[in-house]
Amino acid sequence: MPEQPSAVHKTPTPPEDPARQAEFEARIARGESIEPKDWMPERYRKQLVRMMSQHAHSEVVGMLPEGNWITRAPSLRRKMALLAKVQDEAGHGLYIYCGTETLGVDRHELIQQLLNGTAKYSSIFNYPTLTWADIGCIGWFVDGAAIVNQTMLAHASYGPYARAMVRICKEENFHKKQGYEIVATLANGTPEQKAMAQDAVNRWWWPSLMMFGPSDKDSANSEELMRWGVKKKSNDELRQRFVNLTVAQAKAIGLELPDPALTLNEETQNWDFGPIDWDEFWRVVKGDGPCNRERLAARNAAHDDGAWVRAAATAYAAKQAPATEAA
Amino acid sequence: MTEQAHGTEDSQWPLWEVFAQPPKGEAHEHVGSVHAATAEQALQNARDVYTRRGEAVSLWVVPSASIVASTPEDMGPFFDPGNDKPYRHPQFYKVPRGVRVF
Repeated sequence: MPEQPSAVHKTPTPPEDPARQAEFEARIARGESIEPKDWMPERYRKQLVRMMSQHAHSEVVGMLPEGNWITRAPSLRRKMALLAKVQDEAGHGLYIYCGTETLGVDRHELIQQLLNGTAKYSSIFNYPTLTWADIGCIGWFVDGAAIVNQTMLAHASYGPYARAMVRICKEENFHKKQGYEIVATLANGTPEQKAMAQDAVNRWWWPSLMMFGPSDKDSANSEELMRWGVKKKSNDELRQRFVNLTVAQAKAIGLELPDPALTLNEETQNWDFGPIDWDEFWRVVKGDGPCNRERLAARNAAHDDGAWVRAAATAYAAKQAPATEAA
Repeated sequence: MTEQAHGTEDSQWPLWEVFAQPPKGEAHEHVGSVHAATAEQALQNARDVYTRRGEAVSLWVVPSASIVASTPEDMGPFFDPGNDKPYRHPQFYKVPRGVRVF
């Protein structure tokens, strides 16, 4: 997910040893992979912790808008696919938490920040899933945008992050295709079904473009992340790539992207698009989206409901421990 | 037990490194880590997290604390004995002209 401002990790960064810093930057320039035990600037570590934990949280919270529809999926085929997709998102969260732990933070600490509302996650998941077509749009747009972002991150300079992304990208393609299939089926159905698909496209398009984060000129972190090879492309470049990919896909199923300004620029061969409502973006980032409170409440309830499972596993381990010692 | 206590236990479960062997006979490869209270649970978690698509025919889980690793600081001298011996590579040796396939 794109990096977003965070309330966490605001302690001042100590000055670094310039020689080590230069050597580190030379390694980045040579395209070497930075591994957990390698020396790294404290600021690099903090930026990674912030970005990776937000990414992991996004995978976890991303289960909520979709989990909401598992019991209402219109067929067994769709239900199995959605269950498998939601399970993948849990896995993706775990891959990235595991990567973040290699930077010396504790997963428990990160999860507490998510549960108490101090951590950020991708704002896209603060929008509601009103109809079945929304589930299609999440796969098509949201996972589609995530693939564009994560394909880039698979080349990130931090090894554990890059490797988690490779694994995730392999799995994510099914998510996008199942979503597009849902939308295409509705678009090819009755007039009511097509209208439902178009309505979902209208509601999800702009928030999906916002997923790539603020415009380059307003992105506080982008320049630094690119200099350190964590990101290889800017927010605006990735957003443009997503738009270029999606226009033809919408056309193929006879749906309109809700932007009258969308035109092919003959010179650049990019699809130019209209202005993004950044006021809405910042409003949702700061906690006033349609579902921010509902998502956090649902995540906390799920964590609390799992308490007995954690307690049982701990008790079982305690019971096994003496037996193991005796053996 | 309070909710907070449960949450803390979650993090205090030991960390296990997961190694998976792909179906085509390659060696086990490190794929990531899981938290688990017992070895058995670590194996089950590793299966659920890392092998949802038939990626492995065998899994190893190892307590992370049991792994002994070389350190980046020692990298130069530690690997040095293998770095200055070009005669360990076939390219070091000359083959007479006319011998194309060796």
